[in-house]
Formats: sequence, structure tokens, C-alpha cells
Amino acid sequence: MTVNMTKGQAISLEKKGGGSLTQVRMGLGWQAAPRRGLFGSRTREIDLDASAVLFAEKQPVDVVFFRHLVSDDGSVRHTGDNLVGGVGQGGDDEAILVDLQRVPVHIDQIVFTVNSFTGQTFQEVQNAFCRLVDETNGQELARYTLDGGGQYTAQIMAKVHRAGAGWQMTALGSAANGRTFQDLMPAILPHL
Amino acid sequence: MTAELVRGQNHPLPDTRLELRVSAGHPVVAGATLGDEQGRVAGAEWIAHPGAPVRPGIEVTGDVAAEHRIAVDLAALPDTVHRLSLLLALPPGAGGPVRFGTAAAPFVSVTGPEGAAVATYTITGLDRESAVVALELYRRQGVWKVRAVGQGYEGGLADLLADQGAPAAADLAAAVLDAAGPAVPAPPVAPPPTAPETAPAGVPADASADASATTAISYAHPGRRPAPGPAAPASGPDTGPGAVPPQAGPAGQAEARPAPVAGDATGWTMDERLYNQVWGMFEDLARSVAAYRSARDFADHRLDRAIDEVLADPGARVGGAGDAARAAARATHDELMGRAQEALDRDLAQLTAESEVVEPALPVAYARWDNPVWHAYRTPEEPPMAVRLGDLHLPERTGLRIPFLVRLPLERGLWVDSGPGRTSAAGLLDEAELRRLALDSAVAHTARLLAAHPAGALTVHVLDPADGGAAAFAPLVETGVLAAPPARGAAGVAATLAQLTERVDLLQMAVRGDASEDLPPGFDLSRQLLVVHDFPHGFDDRAVTRLRYLADEGPSVGVHLLMVADRADAAAYGPVLDPLWRSLLRLTPVPDDHLADPWVGHAWTYEPPTVPPGSAVLWQVLGQVAEARRRNLD
Repeated sequence: MTVNMTKGQAISLEKKGGGSLTQVRMGLGWQAAPRRGLFGSRTREIDLDASAVLFAEKQPVDVVFFRHLVSDDGSVRHTGDNLVGGVGQGGDDEAILVDLQRVPVHIDQIVFTVNSFTGQTFQEVQNAFCRLVDETNGQELARYTLDGGGQYTAQIMAKVHRAGAGWQMTALGSAANGRTFQDLMPAILPHL
Repeated sequence: MTAELVRGQNHPLPDTRLELRVSAGHPVVAGATLGDEQGRVAGAEWIAHPGAPVRPGIEVTGDVAAEHRIAVDLAALPDTVHRLSLLLALPPGAGGPVRFGTAAAPFVSVTGPEGAAVATYTITGLDRESAVVALELYRRQGVWKVRAVGQGYEGGLADLLADQGAPAAADLAAAVLDAAGPAVPAPPVAPPPTAPETAPAGVPADASADASATTAISYAHPGRRPAPGPAAPASGPDTGPGAVPPQAGPAGQAEARPAPVAGDATGWTMDERLYNQVWGMFEDLARSVAAYRSARDFADHRLDRAIDEVLADPGARVGGAGDAARAAARATHDELMGRAQEALDRDLAQLTAESEVVEPALPVAYARWDNPVWHAYRTPEEPPMAVRLGDLHLPERTGLRIPFLVRLPLERGLWVDSGPGRTSAAGLLDEAELRRLALDSAVAHTARLLAAHPAGALTVHVLDPADGGAAAFAPLVETGVLAAPPARGAAGVAATLAQLTERVDLLQMAVRGDASEDLPPGFDLSRQLLVVHDFPHGFDDRAVTRLRYLADEGPSVGVHLLMVADRADAAAYGPVLDPLWRSLLRLTPVPDDHLADPWVGHAWTYEPPTVPPGSAVLWQVLGQVAEARRRNLD
């Protein structure tokens, strides 16, 4: 079952019975929209990149993206850069795995972002989605659809943050512009 | 508008009169428990189930069916009730599915008085569970809300009730399932005449409303002790095999964490699996310590900042406000450090446990010299993936040693540094002692490399121009593992280097020309290891050039270097030799923190492998190598 999250919606990642989620995956999948006209079969390749920024009290501490695939502490792992999308035909093209138990104690928020590295806006992307999956059993916790988007090249998707002893996820879904996560930092800060 | 809930999500309820609808696609028992503020179910009278369908404020359907409609009036619930859990269980022996994993996902909905759905939830992700808490309605600050729970229990209804703190949960569960109606063909197996003494008496099978009535009949499984006391959290002591829910809490995971096993990594052979496991432990240790250090630095930084703020505030200087603020900052710091330490201790305990099973399981090439596996040494049929050149550890836990495994064939030459290092351990020793230790550890490395190779697959040459290492080289010389006695004097150095240089030239030509069959007949194809002692004594410029050539070109054609040298001795050559030193893997005869890991770049303390004092293991092993070598030559 899938919940199409709405902006600002928060879900708890804690389960009844004291158990909490231990491994979550932020998956990103997309396909380039077909181009019409002459040489229409030449689809323009779109490179979307998923990044995760780790914050401790609103200070960025570490970042996981295509040039730094594993956080220094090993708790957040990027499965690798995908330059064209669409390989999974609906599956995840890029994914970031978070081992919530091993996240260092001072990290209290992890923000997930999506950027268009090649510069196309989300209007030119189709079937793009971002989803949060419980990695231990493959169950999808939340899904976010990106297409139909406007003239922007980045989106701050969601944040996973500590709530009591467990973790909570909040959908942010705020549009921004930028090539990599660095360009987004000013846009991320208000969401912390 | 209907809210489609996901596990863990909650939703406000518009009304107190509600209907809970269950649609499972297969027969299930539906019930509800009424819990207090802590979610605890005080007894049988707080459970609405087919045997006792009506409780204040709730009425459940009385039979096993695929569809259920449960009427709830939240206003009519007793004030002590803060939580109402809707539970579903699979009836045993009904011929239907025995676990939710094989059946269609149950669908539950909460509908208002007009029949409009307020919230719906499909319970997915269940597998071996036979009972599940579907939803809970709970009172939070006087307002009722619904939350999608979906917590399944492998141990069935008994575990579910035990988790909610119901006394005699196993008996209650049996009673509920028994009372569930005709779909349950037979009651559970006849119980033993005497119930375990710790088991509180259960409710009668007809589940009368009087739950305090006691009975001699226990429906508990004879081999299974019911959870003692009211609270048996899911992660607590289990009530039998398979009783732990699939997602135990953090505490439960610490207990249930599988014991580490040697060879628990990917690979085609045990050798490869152990190699990968050791590197996995290396990475995990590096990262766990990185997490700890990162938290520590953050905590320190925050403490500094807080104290600076206190100092900068003139108002805080007088009176106790400043002290209080400082104490508060320190307390936050200590609290964070406490949690960081806890996480580190947890990780290190796991790695220590793994190290304790992996270390004894290592084959000779990876084992410490004091490992008993050396006593059963036999020349291998083929070389291992790697050899152990020592141990690595970090200051956070000096007792946790990671074997430093280096791939074979060696890609770089080795350099045992006999110079005074930067560490205090080296500073305490005089120069002669340090050189002796360096030579001893080089001999131990050589012995290990020889032992790791099949008979005759590694030929060792020794350059000892000043004959200063005769005592240390004795194990190699006297057992007869060397191809020739150590080369002495400038002439010996020149001859050996010329021979090896020619060999590298010849092999490179053969490789480039793809003409390995054109090598001279009887050409020895074994790998070569050149041990250089007392560099640059006995070396002229020509010899130095040849040595550099061997260091650069040798590894690709199987000619390897092992230098025992103090860089300061060769200072007269100036920067010409810098590339040589840089190209070698520096090892030290005493612990020294000069090695960095490839992930985070911590400075790891390297410790050379030492042969236990008085042990003859080196001689025994070299004797075996020499013996195999002689047999191979015959």
C-alpha cells in the first residue's frame, strides 16, 4: 500500500511494540519525457541525483551524494549514480540506504534532496517518483510523485528526523533550483 | 474524505460512535482489547472477543468470518480506557491459512455514523504472523484518534496479549480462539493435569465475564511457560521459540543479534570469505569510530560555543545565572557523549565478539604467530589471497585488533623502517635495538611469505653486504630455504641485482611479445623476493639505479622487494630516492600510527606480528618449507 504524501505531512517511523524501523531506503526513479518533432526518437538524457544531507543542530555535518557515496560513519549509503534513469522501468534508479540505528547520536536530521544535474526542469521528466521503503521487508512507507512539476530543477523531498527515541519522516516537497545539493543549502535551512 | 493510512500514521476521529470494518478475504477472529493509559490490558474483562462479544462501549461479532463489523461508542467506554486495539487472529485448525503471509492482506476501515469511511488501512508486510494488532483508537488529551498499527505476532494471539500486558495471556488467547465458534473444530490438545506453578490461572473455556474465576484447566502449551507477570514486552524474554515478533525493539535486537560466525562474508572459498570478512570488520571499525569522533567533536564544539556565550553575556557574570548556564551546557555535553559512548560500545562489543570467532578460524597466512594453526602447517597447494603483515588498532579500543591483510602477489615492495620513528615506543629503544627488531620482523615477514606459497613458488634472495644480519637471517640460512647464501660485499650486491634486473627485462620482453614459450629452457618461473639489509651500504650508483628499477618494474613480473632500512642512512642521495621510499609500503618494527584506512583516513596504529618468545614456530615452519622445496627440486 502506498501513501501519496502531501506537503508537510509527517509519519512516524516507529512501530507498535517498541520496535522501530532500522533500515530505510530513499528510492528515486524517473524517465526522460519523449521529445516530439524531427529526430523525436532521440530522447534527451536526464540525470537526476539523490542526495542526503546530515545535520546536527542545523549544522551540516556530512553529505551523501554521487561523489561521496558513503557517509564517514557508514550509516548512510548511496547505491551509485545513475546518469539516465528509467533502467528499472518504475523501479528505483538511485537509492540511498539509511541504517537508522547506526546514525551517529548527534545527527538529528537527514534531509533528502533531488537535483537535475543536467539542468532540465522536472517538466521534462516523466514517471518520476521518490519513495521511502522499509528496507527490512521491502514495504513502501511513502511515495511522492515528482512529475507535473514546474520550472524548477531541484526538490527538497523529505527529512527524517529524531522524535523521542525513534525517527519520524516529514514530507517537505519544496521546489528549488540547483545543480547539486550545495546550491540547495540556503533552501534547505528553513526546513530544519 | 477518506484517509488512507500507512503503518504508524494517525488520523483524528470526527465522532465517538464508529464502526470498525474488517475485510480479510479469509476467516479471521476479530476482537478488541481495552487498555489503560500505558496501553496495558488489566484482565480478561477488558477484552471483547467472540466468547464475550459485548463490553461497555464496544460490541464485536461473535464468529469466525471474513467480514466483521464492530460497533464502538467511545463515549461509553470507561474513563480508565485510553486505548482500544482492534486485533485479528487466524483461527487454528480451521483449514484456512496459518499465517498472514500466505493470505490476502486484511483491510480495515473506520466508518462514521453515516457509514462514510474516515480512515482505511491495508495491513501489508505480514509474513509468519498469525495474529496482528490492526488499528488502535487512542485518547490523547481528551481527543480520540485512530492509528494504523499493523504489528504482527509470530507467536499468535498469546504473544499479542502478553505484549499488551494481559495476565495469563496464553490462557486468554486459548479461550478467545476456543470461543470463536464453529469454525474452530477442536479445542487445543488436552492440557497437562498440573499447570506450571508460575502460571496464573486462566479463564474458563466458556469465557464467562467473570475473569477472576479460577480454574484448574490451563490451556498453556505444556512445553511453554506463560509470560510471568503482567508486562511481557515483545522484546523481553520470549515465551518459546518463534515467539519474538519479527520486529523486536532495540533492546531485543541487542539480545537477539545473531552470534558472529567466522567466514560470514561473500566469496568462493573460505579463504576469500575470511579475507572479505576481515576487511568488512576493518571498515566497520573505521566507520563506528568515525561516528563516535564526529559526535565527540560536535559535543566539544557545542560546549565551547555555549561557554563562550555565557562569557560574552555581561548579565551572566554576576549571580548564579552564568554558573547555571555553564552547568547546563556541560550536562548536555555529557549526555551526548554518554549516548555516543553507548553506541560505540555497542558496535565495538559486536566487533570484538566477531574478532573472537574469526581470529582462531584464520588460515596460516592470516593467522598470528601464536595461533595453533601454525603447528599443523603444511605447504599449501596454491597461494592464499593475502598475507597478514601485522595488526591494526585505534586508540578508542586498543584491544580490538584487525588483521592487516595485504593481497598477494604484492603490488608494492615492503619497507621495514629501522630508523627512529615518531612514536614513543621507538624513542625508548636505542638505535641498535631498533635495527635488530626491524631485521627480526623482516625475517618473520619473509618466513610468512615463504610459508604462504606452494613449494618452490617463491625464491628468496638476501643482500647483506656488511654481514651484519647473520644472526637474524639464521632461520632462513640454516633451514635452507634460500636459493643462495646471503650476498656479501659490493660484488655480491651487484651480482644479485644484475641477475634480477636481467630477469625482469627478460620477463617483460616475453610478456610484451606474448612469447612466454620462448624463454630459455629450464627458466625458473617462481616469484622472487629480494630482501635488502643495510641499504645503502655496498651500493654504488649503478646498484641504486637497479634497485629503483626493480621496485618500479618488478612487481608486475613477480619480482618483489623487502627493504630493511633507515631512510636517514641514505640521506646522501638526496631527493633522488624519495620516489623509491614512497613506492614502498612502510612497516615498522614497533607500534606506529602511520597507516590510514581507505574510507575515513583514520591514523591506525600498526603493530608488527611477533613470534612468541622462546617459540620455535618459525624454525619449524621454515623447516617444512625447505623440506617441500627439496622434494620439489628432486
